[in-house]
Amino acid sequence: MNVFTTLKLAMRALWRNKVRTLLTMAGIIFGIGAVIAMVSGGQGAQQAVKDVFQSLGTNVLILTNGSQRSFGAAGGAGSRQSLTWDDMKALETGELTTIKWVAPMLQSRAQIASEDANWNTTVVGTTAIWFTIRNWPAVKGTAFDEDTGNGNGKVAVIGNTVAVQLFGTSNPVGQNIRIAGQPYEVIGVLATKGQGPMGDYDDTLVIPVKTYEQRLSKGLAKYINGQVLISMVTDDIAERTMADVTGLLRERHKLDASDEDDFRIRNPAEFAQAQQDSTQRIATLLAIVAAVSLFVGGIGVMNIMLVSVIERTREIGIRMAVGAKPIDVMTQFLVESLVLAALGGVLGLGLGAGAAKYMAGYFGWKFFYPATTAAIAFLVAGGVGVVFGLYPAIRASRLDPITALRYET
Amino acid sequence: MAALIEMRGVERTYVMGDNLVHALRGVDLTIEAGTSIAIMGQSGSGKSTMMNIMGCLDQPTRGSYLLNGKDVARLSRTQLADVRGRMIGFVFQSFNLLSRTSALENVEMPLMYQGIPGRERHRRALGALAAVNLADRADHHSSQLSGGQQQRVAIARALVGEAPVIMADEPTGNLDTRTSYEVMAILQGLVDQGKTVILVTHEADIAAYASRVVMLRDGLIIDDKTQTPVKAEVAA
Repeated sequence: MNVFTTLKLAMRALWRNKVRTLLTMAGIIFGIGAVIAMVSGGQGAQQAVKDVFQSLGTNVLILTNGSQRSFGAAGGAGSRQSLTWDDMKALETGELTTIKWVAPMLQSRAQIASEDANWNTTVVGTTAIWFTIRNWPAVKGTAFDEDTGNGNGKVAVIGNTVAVQLFGTSNPVGQNIRIAGQPYEVIGVLATKGQGPMGDYDDTLVIPVKTYEQRLSKGLAKYINGQVLISMVTDDIAERTMADVTGLLRERHKLDASDEDDFRIRNPAEFAQAQQDSTQRIATLLAIVAAVSLFVGGIGVMNIMLVSVIERTREIGIRMAVGAKPIDVMTQFLVESLVLAALGGVLGLGLGAGAAKYMAGYFGWKFFYPATTAAIAFLVAGGVGVVFGLYPAIRASRLDPITALRYET
Repeated sequence: MAALIEMRGVERTYVMGDNLVHALRGVDLTIEAGTSIAIMGQSGSGKSTMMNIMGCLDQPTRGSYLLNGKDVARLSRTQLADVRGRMIGFVFQSFNLLSRTSALENVEMPLMYQGIPGRERHRRALGALAAVNLADRADHHSSQLSGGQQQRVAIARALVGEAPVIMADEPTGNLDTRTSYEVMAILQGLVDQGKTVILVTHEADIAAYASRVVMLRDGLIIDDKTQTPVKAEVAA
């Protein structure tokens, strides 16, 4: 019997019991669907974590003040004031060849207002190079040039969300806004970065760091009351750069060998890796649970195929009487369960994609269709059909034609 | 020329619970090609077992069975299926058509297992249906056909593979008198075309259509006589 005929026969048998076919397939559909959704979700979540850290800029280390330790009780990171503007200048000189750029980043939340609207957002005080490190250009107007960045002008570059909130559709460049009650001129609007898992990247506003200190902080200070972003020459020298910076700062801060560092250097890439690893573990766990449900679906297929063999005992007898060989009967049932499982697999791939897409939208991460996993899942579904269909099919092929012909349904 | 069917000392025993049942106790039977023969006997006489063995659905416990000169007594299940497909067409009392399947597809079924391609199957099945005057019912499902029509579809199915032997097991058992005549007329027509028709029946008036009657009792042949067959009335 040729393949096409066998397939046609299987399709027809399945079509005859539409409801049963669908219910049996449900196990496979949900099994495959869950696997796809979990794998896709896992990749999305991982990418989201990656994106958060990449939005900081690539090849970036974050330098902060150390923690204040008073009488044994440690304060939080940055609670101690130890990093000075001179420290930052020392990092910038080019003495450390591992460092490409350095930018301060002071931030706080502030109330801002245009003539018609007001909004509360994160205000960042920094220099011109910050836009380069974060790979974040202005699309309207300009970001800071070196003079603006180092000066104390009352100028601001605003994120897209802020632009929309304050100015709606009109062009903000050249307009005046108030930040914490004081007037500034908008000189640029940043490119849209979009929604991140940690919030809206575009809900921010940037002013020169000196202006920040004078207007939003307690005035120009010796210490840096925030972070310093250190951009490395390449991304594979984090260890060396950290050692370089540590050496330089310890020397500048005149720390003895027994003293702890009075600053902290974080490597977002490392943190991102740890985050990704844990997301990966959860995703794998969920995928295993999904695989178990696929297995259960397979048992459902086997169950229904056994019922089908019993129901169709007489049909099997008739087929054998007119010349069907045991292998023909076996093939017929095997192909039937294969088609059942494969159809379920296809629907499951669709369901999984739908679920993954919904999740991606809900959690605000990128939608991935895991093509490799999908291919494997589909093969597994087919495999489930064959493996779980084998026993019923063999049972069918071993029926005695005489007994089968006499079987009363 | 060798006989089409040649049984020598065929015995068949079954184990039923603790009992050994001797369904056939040593049967010798030779059937020439192109003849009709009725196997008669009451229930339990062994006639069904006899038909199952002759139809290659079952195998003898002892003895030999040559079908068309070839010993089929010791073949594998797969080989037996092949012999059935090529040599034997079955007609059953209960028609045994596949439900929810058209007459045409029922008739095509044996050809499917001989690996004959779809178009050829279609053509030959239509031909076989025409031979039993059912060409116009090809698309009807079994449930839409009368008993007589269903049995004619079954005959078409038996014919389509061009098997030389037609095994009819109580072919009129579920039919009224008029349609019984129709069916017997068709079967007699097949003998005229050179087929060998083996009837298994317990009704003497059905056996009367055959040119030879073999009587079984308790697993042995007790009578074997040739006769001039009654000619079935062809229904108007």
